[in-house]
Amino acid sequence: MATDSKSFLRAAPAEPLPPPVARSGIIGWLRENLFSSPFNIALTLICAAFLAWIVPPLLRFFVFDAIWSADSREACLASPDNPDPGACWAFIRVWFSYFVYGFYPQAQRWRVDIFFAALAFGIVWLAWLHAPRRDTGAVYFFIVLPILSYVLLSGVPMVGLASVPSTLWGGILVTIVVATVGIVVSLPLGILLALGRRSDIPVVKFFSTAFIEFVRGVPLITVLFMASVMLPLFVPERFAPEKLLRALIGVAMFASAYMAEVVRGGLASVPRGQYEAAQALGLPFWRMMALVILPQALRVTLPNIVNTFIALFKDTSLVFIVGIFDFLRTIEAARVDPHWATPNTSVTGYAFAAAFYFICCYGMSRYARNVEARLARAHRR
Amino acid sequence: MDNRPDQAAPELAVQVIGLHKWYGEFHALRDINVTVTRGERIVICGPSGGGKSTLLRCINRLEDWQQGRIIVDGIELTDDPKQITAVRRDVGMVFQQFNLFPHLTVLENCTLAPIRVRHMPKKDAEELAMRFLTRVKIPEQAQKYPSRLSGGQQQRVAIARALCMNPKIMLFDEPTSALDPEMVKEVLDTMVGLASDGITMLVVSHEMGFARQVADRIIFMDDGQIVEIDEPKSFFENPQHERAKLFLQQVLR
Repeated sequence: MATDSKSFLRAAPAEPLPPPVARSGIIGWLRENLFSSPFNIALTLICAAFLAWIVPPLLRFFVFDAIWSADSREACLASPDNPDPGACWAFIRVWFSYFVYGFYPQAQRWRVDIFFAALAFGIVWLAWLHAPRRDTGAVYFFIVLPILSYVLLSGVPMVGLASVPSTLWGGILVTIVVATVGIVVSLPLGILLALGRRSDIPVVKFFSTAFIEFVRGVPLITVLFMASVMLPLFVPERFAPEKLLRALIGVAMFASAYMAEVVRGGLASVPRGQYEAAQALGLPFWRMMALVILPQALRVTLPNIVNTFIALFKDTSLVFIVGIFDFLRTIEAARVDPHWATPNTSVTGYAFAAAFYFICCYGMSRYARNVEARLARAHRR
Repeated sequence: MDNRPDQAAPELAVQVIGLHKWYGEFHALRDINVTVTRGERIVICGPSGGGKSTLLRCINRLEDWQQGRIIVDGIELTDDPKQITAVRRDVGMVFQQFNLFPHLTVLENCTLAPIRVRHMPKKDAEELAMRFLTRVKIPEQAQKYPSRLSGGQQQRVAIARALCMNPKIMLFDEPTSALDPEMVKEVLDTMVGLASDGITMLVVSHEMGFARQVADRIIFMDDGQIVEIDEPKSFFENPQHERAKLFLQQVLR
């Protein structure tokens, strides 16, 4: 035995054995994570009690006792044979096309559907890491798609597409348009602002810093108001941008300022040696940034970037303040419909809104986690 | 190439004339005057903080200076970015901390500059990179990411990466100082192999064995000045300056 002699020589290799049953698999996981210490056991029991208290009533309200289809409010009201009705999903079903399209003319809604499909196609093309020809995908997403979207949604009479003013757009259409434009514009613009802030040229540095600090120091609502009111003053009457465009510009500026600081944090985390190695190889400034520094900086701050995107997606609901009917505003408008007035209508409406935002934001979050995990595998020692 | 009247003759790889550098109040480099002929192998040694790395980094303008001139391969280094980039294309550098690009594979690390700076087609660049990776004896690591390699392997990749640009001058800034002892030999052997190819080399190093074997001249620096320049034989056997004697006593125990 090794413990009671001064020298030791192993005669045969120690074969690997399977781990003991009680410490591996599901039982092992439970023991380690839920029941490992008295404190842990107490927490597990408290959480279980809390879930038992919360989940059944929620399920009852939103699923089992909910009214899934009806013609009018009577079905959703309390009555002798339905004393405690749940969520009024019938209300959502009836109003659904308003929530998605707003007041977009019925006959032209196929154009919005094509827009949604084209956008989804572009997102999948860029997001799917093994997709073929992703550089073409980038051209499609950043150049072809904006033009196509404008033609489809606004309409160009010459091509046979009737003009639909943006005041008629509403609901999910508006939320998606504002969020997508904000996200797509804020990343490149944010990168430029971050580089400008780190620049050695005093003028560039001053204007970048001033822009970032001013826009960040002011609430988004104020930025939207200013864009809405002030932009027409700077531009001759004929070119005055319409309401939605002004809101888009405001949101894009706001998001870019935040993104600039996120990117700046990432840039600061790239070691000086990387800059020096790239310079020593003879790479000029922009090539060094694009090929060596930014890939590393963006990788490091990816969680922060996605965080900013998710916050932006939800911030789009503030455009109601300049009179634009985004998704949340349409819910607000619909829930006061006297035709569907019941005690549960508002709750149902807000629950539906929450579900929509959650699905979109969680989707972004999960995708980002996948990308992070894939990138981390390359770096792991 | 510029047409200044005092343009260096093509045999001179590096000319440093009256160089002074300050970091704020601190006088980091004092009146440095050195010429390096083509194909020469120079080892710069001395105590820490003596300005060796600073001088080396001035040669490819990773550091700037307040007074004096540096002419590399006939091109004078000024504030002009075009001159600087032109010099850097022909001067390769190997760093103490390797500084490989972690988000690229070993092969991509080596082909990045040939493709993006010399505009070589991808296939040619990859062939070139594989040739140099074979030269430094790690062709099988080409598809791995740098974090998977040992320190010695990473430094050899760094050497291959610098060589892929076909530099006329190679700068080595303490290339083995960050390595575990058992990996120092493999990197030094690679450098000895390079030295016999006739490339101009400036090496900042504490490896005296390497200096004795390979160097044409040894520059001893202390306190920001060049204190002694000698051939290895006379430097090691009969150092002239007091500080050089003290240094060798400490290093060659």
